[in-house]
Amino acid sequence: MGQTLYQKIYQSHVVGKLNPSTDLLYVDRHLIHEVTSPQAFSGLRLAGRKVRRTDLTFATMDHNVSTQRRSLDAAGETSRKQLEALAENCAESQIPILDLTHPDQGIVHVIGPEQGLTQPGMIIVCGDSHTSTHGAFGALAFGIGTSEVEHVLATQTLPQQQAKTLKVEINGELSPHVTAKDVIMAVIGELGTAGGNGYVAEFCGETIRALSMESRMTLCNMSIEMGAKAGLIAPDEITFAYLEGKAHAPGAEHWSAAVSYWQSLQSDSDAVFDKTVVIDASTIAPQVTWGTSPEQVIAVDTPVPAPESFSDETKRHAAERALQYMGLTAGQKLTDCKVDVVFIGSCTNSRIEDLRAAASVVGTKKVAAGVRALVVPGSGIVKRQAEAEGLADIFKNAGFEWREPGCSMCLGMNDDRVAAEERCASTSNRNFEGRQGRGARTHLVSPAMAAAAAIAGKFVNIAKGDWA
Amino acid sequence: MSTIFTSGLICPLDKNNVDTDQIIPKQFLTSVSRDGFAEALFYDWRYLADGSPNPEFVLNYPQYQGASILLTRANFGCGSSREHAPWALQQYGFQVIIAESFADIFFNNSVNNGMLLIQLSKTNIELLFNRCAQGSQHWQIDLASQEIMFGNNAAMGFNIDADIKQRLLSGLDFIGSSEQLASQITAYEQQRKASMPWLG
Ligand code: SF4
Repeated sequence: MGQTLYQKIYQSHVVGKLNPSTDLLYVDRHLIHEVTSPQAFSGLRLAGRKVRRTDLTFATMDHNVSTQRRSLDAAGETSRKQLEALAENCAESQIPILDLTHPDQGIVHVIGPEQGLTQPGMIIVCGDSHTSTHGAFGALAFGIGTSEVEHVLATQTLPQQQAKTLKVEINGELSPHVTAKDVIMAVIGELGTAGGNGYVAEFCGETIRALSMESRMTLCNMSIEMGAKAGLIAPDEITFAYLEGKAHAPGAEHWSAAVSYWQSLQSDSDAVFDKTVVIDASTIAPQVTWGTSPEQVIAVDTPVPAPESFSDETKRHAAERALQYMGLTAGQKLTDCKVDVVFIGSCTNSRIEDLRAAASVVGTKKVAAGVRALVVPGSGIVKRQAEAEGLADIFKNAGFEWREPGCSMCLGMNDDRVAAEERCASTSNRNFEGRQGRGARTHLVSPAMAAAAAIAGKFVNIAKGDWA
Repeated sequence: MSTIFTSGLICPLDKNNVDTDQIIPKQFLTSVSRDGFAEALFYDWRYLADGSPNPEFVLNYPQYQGASILLTRANFGCGSSREHAPWALQQYGFQVIIAESFADIFFNNSVNNGMLLIQLSKTNIELLFNRCAQGSQHWQIDLASQEIMFGNNAAMGFNIDADIKQRLLSGLDFIGSSEQLASQITAYEQQRKASMPWLG
């Protein structure tokens, strides 16, 4: 019997067995940031351990940084302490770091691929659940906790058990204005936030093959929102072309050997998945979440569902609670719903392609009166490119704030927050209660949908074309 | 050695999909220490906007003070990978969490902190919530025999991964046990460098 891509990567990283069901796997890249690493470093110190592979560990500052000023204390005293702790820990252990003075600093899941640190066939971990993003390159990438961060720092390995495999096959052509963000939101709507628990999901099919690397990253980024341990896309020419010439990608002397290895990273045709879902992409319309879980999602011009429409009692209760929190009533149309804040950014949608999509919707139009709109590029590289292409000017002329790279309003750990009962169209990945600020009402959308909401002052169906 | 993992009061949290943003909101993640998270547990639910305890939140009910076993529903701990979530639960006093299902990363994080997470069928979870509805409950969790003991000889069995059971019973050092494979790690690194030199 053939093997799935996941099984191939897993097998090739087994260092040894810890017991009959648990293997010790080797980690090729360990990405760290300020929030989930300080306790790991103090744990190491306490036990007298050292970082085993400083050359396979890379740090960035992202969660806590101010996006207004490049200064460690710009987002407050506690943030400063955490950022300083990361800088000190990296200096002590000689771990390379993209700090606030580095021109390429940015969100960990944006900089990994940009720097060529993310490569097919690798195992990549980070103390952050959206590490699934890197699966877009055919790497097995997943989020870990701080105890595991400490474990990887000390040993460059991690105990693991084999996960089940889920195949998500997506075929058909996307309609105009429908993006990878809409696809993954529709998939989550179908499978639910726990639908992937215990599985590693491999996305395949003709729709996926046609996607750019940026779009593939958006898709894999949100595979954690359906509970999957990781998302994977087999590497192909698009992947190789993206990587060629990147700072940490294999150099000319190794390039052809690396590519020929990468080409073997496919699920075998006779591989058996534990579960398979097939999705027709042509049926997907622009999506918006209406509730407080990514699975509470609808096509933008369909009415907000009534709790009674859910046959499952749990989902019914969740819907009641969500409607109350979101200040919505069943049957209401989101296209009648005013927005107060628009956030374009986060590791889901802050790459150059996302900013291009948003800017093309904005054009010469202006942000609606009363709407506060932010564009936060994912990294210094994205920021410079967007400025060079004139995208930044489009945003600024329209009335958007153009910020420095960081996680920003995705989770509001810095000073970018949504106030209680404010409604936010956000390109991020979580619409949980309080995620963007206590009482904040988050609606997840694609960059184009967010840009359109900023212009119109309410949600619109961009596929219709007559909204502005 | 006693095989009782925990003996204590149950607090029923009747919710599905409790995410780690709820378990511990982000404003408490800026700490660089591993302690001091008990107060932050379920902060937005536990306290009103003025900072006073919310009398309607179950953790604040007088009858659940001192609880050490949390009973909840499906997909507990979904969302962010923050280990601050199990730290907050544990520092508040919860040693055991019983639920219909758990998110993967949260599950690993909790086990790595020596907590016992028990997964039961929806029917059994319902039975436990029914028990709680009859008045405050005090149960013993026996990890060796894999039983929740209600007193009066009544009990409910549970399944647990053999490796995790072993780790919890022996209190094995997480990093230390992997370090025993040190020579294999070195051998792997040599072979990796030889066959895929671009990996570093
Ligand atoms: S952008 Fe948001 S989801 Fe992504 S790493 Fe930062 S906080 Fe996490």
